[in-house]
Amino acid sequence: MPQIFHPSANTLARVSLALLVGGPLGLLTLGYLLMKSPFQTQQRVIREQPVPFSHEHHVKGLGIDCRYCHSSVETSANAGIPPTYTCMSCHSQIWSTSPMLEPVRASLKTGQPLKWNRLHDLPDFVYFHHGIHVSKGVSCESCHGRVDQMPLAWKEKPLTMEWCLECHRQPGDNLRPKDAVFAMGWEPGSSAGGQAALGQSLVRQNHVQVEQLTNCSVCHR
Amino acid sequence: MATVDPNTLEPMPKAPPALAPGHTYGTVTDKISALVLVRPYNWRWVLGMGIGFAFLMLFLLGITVLFTYGTGVWGLNVPVMWGFAIVNFVWWVGIGHAGTLISAILLLLKQDWRTSINRFAEAMTLFAVACAGTFPLLHLGRPWLFFWLMPYPNTMALWPQWRSPLIWDVFAVSTYATVSLLFWYVGLLPDLATLRDRAKNKYAKLAYGIFALGWRGSARHWHRYRTAYMLLAALATPLVVSVHTIVAFDFAVSVIPGWHTTIFPPYFVAGAIFSGFAMVITLCVPLRAAFGLKDFITDRHLDNMAKVMLATGLIVAYGYFMEDFMAWYSGNPYENYTILQNRPFAGPYTHTYWMLITCNVIVPQLLWIKRVRSWAPLLWVISIIVNIGMWLERYIIVVTSLSRDFLVSSWSEYHGTVWDYSLYYGSLGLFASLLFLFIRFLPVIAIAEMRELIHETQHHQADEAAVAHSPQGGGH
Repeated sequence: MPQIFHPSANTLARVSLALLVGGPLGLLTLGYLLMKSPFQTQQRVIREQPVPFSHEHHVKGLGIDCRYCHSSVETSANAGIPPTYTCMSCHSQIWSTSPMLEPVRASLKTGQPLKWNRLHDLPDFVYFHHGIHVSKGVSCESCHGRVDQMPLAWKEKPLTMEWCLECHRQPGDNLRPKDAVFAMGWEPGSSAGGQAALGQSLVRQNHVQVEQLTNCSVCHR
Repeated sequence: MATVDPNTLEPMPKAPPALAPGHTYGTVTDKISALVLVRPYNWRWVLGMGIGFAFLMLFLLGITVLFTYGTGVWGLNVPVMWGFAIVNFVWWVGIGHAGTLISAILLLLKQDWRTSINRFAEAMTLFAVACAGTFPLLHLGRPWLFFWLMPYPNTMALWPQWRSPLIWDVFAVSTYATVSLLFWYVGLLPDLATLRDRAKNKYAKLAYGIFALGWRGSARHWHRYRTAYMLLAALATPLVVSVHTIVAFDFAVSVIPGWHTTIFPPYFVAGAIFSGFAMVITLCVPLRAAFGLKDFITDRHLDNMAKVMLATGLIVAYGYFMEDFMAWYSGNPYENYTILQNRPFAGPYTHTYWMLITCNVIVPQLLWIKRVRSWAPLLWVISIIVNIGMWLERYIIVVTSLSRDFLVSSWSEYHGTVWDYSLYYGSLGLFASLLFLFIRFLPVIAIAEMRELIHETQHHQADEAAVAHSPQGGGH
């Protein structure tokens, strides 16, 4: 009886055995890495906007407080995107003929709001509340990164549930005194135990009820 | 009782051989391998496969409609949120269990009559589990998120709820499917090598050669093969019991009267073996007639299978009785109503209940009679009745308990819609299609194990001859 398989089939068999085990495992790992990568989370991806608004210029350069534009951030669930009037409170006088600002002037003229492209777009089954985070001492920087260093805005953190829960389990790591919430580049200082000790005392002081923070109904109401 | 003189007792009749006499290694191998290698495509196979495939298309249509429009196309309502999908799931998983019982438990018990039925019983297990496995996925409202049932590191930091029997189901059924597949494939290796060596067609040689994984039948191969096979059998045996126990937990863990019953695990397992053996008989009677396999699947096999069916059928009947007794004995008005009034007398499903009692309790009593057990056509009819009865059992458990429970304001009837039926009949089509493909491309009887059986029979005969010719003469 002649041989059915050429000796080279040995190699093929070994390779396919390895693939049979390694293939699915590799695919699963690849999928997991993709889910965590900026491909999925859109971290540090700059989106096209109607007007190339620079946070760097307005925050670092001009020293405008976050709440000047995002005015409802301390009280409301939604931090809000400023209306055209806010832009125009300065730009009716400054750079009032700049071609870059033409969409803003057009918006004022027609009454049609500017269509900004949202970077931090949580699914609608997550009920995020800005006000509670700000009032318990979570700074802008903790979630949005160094906005004062963003010439064009991007999403700094992944906004995955894993990331949210990380802080809800250990909120002390990210809490600041209330006067530092809107500061950029704030450091806890080296005295008396640093962030760990400060966080612990702020958790107590601000009545952060850690044991309830990971219940489903906190976000998925 | 009067004392009996042992000399007047008839000697215990010896079990007839598990193989008709006159067979050699060659004839067994020729006969079984010819079913795959030599037999031309005849109209009966094409017709059977065609019908099976048509029903498989109905299955796919049912799935397409389900995925497009949602589970609302089924007849489910708010009290009865489990219907055909769960009934079919439990039914199919149950059918699979006899295959593992035959291939694993009877192997551990060294039963020689398992040899000629184990291969297609295992195939039946696999195909039944394939059908069963679809239903838990199909009945999810959002089936595309089925993988959330698996524990894997994810960006939601979420894991499954380990306290739900539905999660245990995922593990039970997927483990069961994997172990059954491995067991079946390990058993197939020597036979695939036989087919490889006997095939004339170059591509058939190649295909069987690849799947035979270079089996040469050396002593070392056989030693390791036997060890692996026994280990897998020992692994599959607790699986049979635990898988259907876990399926029973889906109900028994709840608080619903009619479900919250501690007898469910053993009673479900017995029911599984009952319905599984019924399905094995349903399949093997036409199989042995169509392919002339009466030498291999003898009347003794049918007789033994009928006995197992009778034994498990009696356990099931005991289960029905115990449910009734406990419903009365508990003094719980809800349980009393569900089991003693709603099911048999007062509810909308009384005809279903009495059909179930007829199919599962009354008709199988015929199996006490030896003539019935060895008369294939009647046995075949009984086995089909049992299959229907076991489907009705799951229907009664699922639907009657849900449609009328604690709050009368939440009572509602459930009836399957055309899409419920399409998936049930469609799953039969999936099963039939896989079975016809199996019959066409793989040996329906384990060739190597049949050769071993011949070897053992010859040894046995030689021993007996030696004893008979020895001067003491037959004194055991």
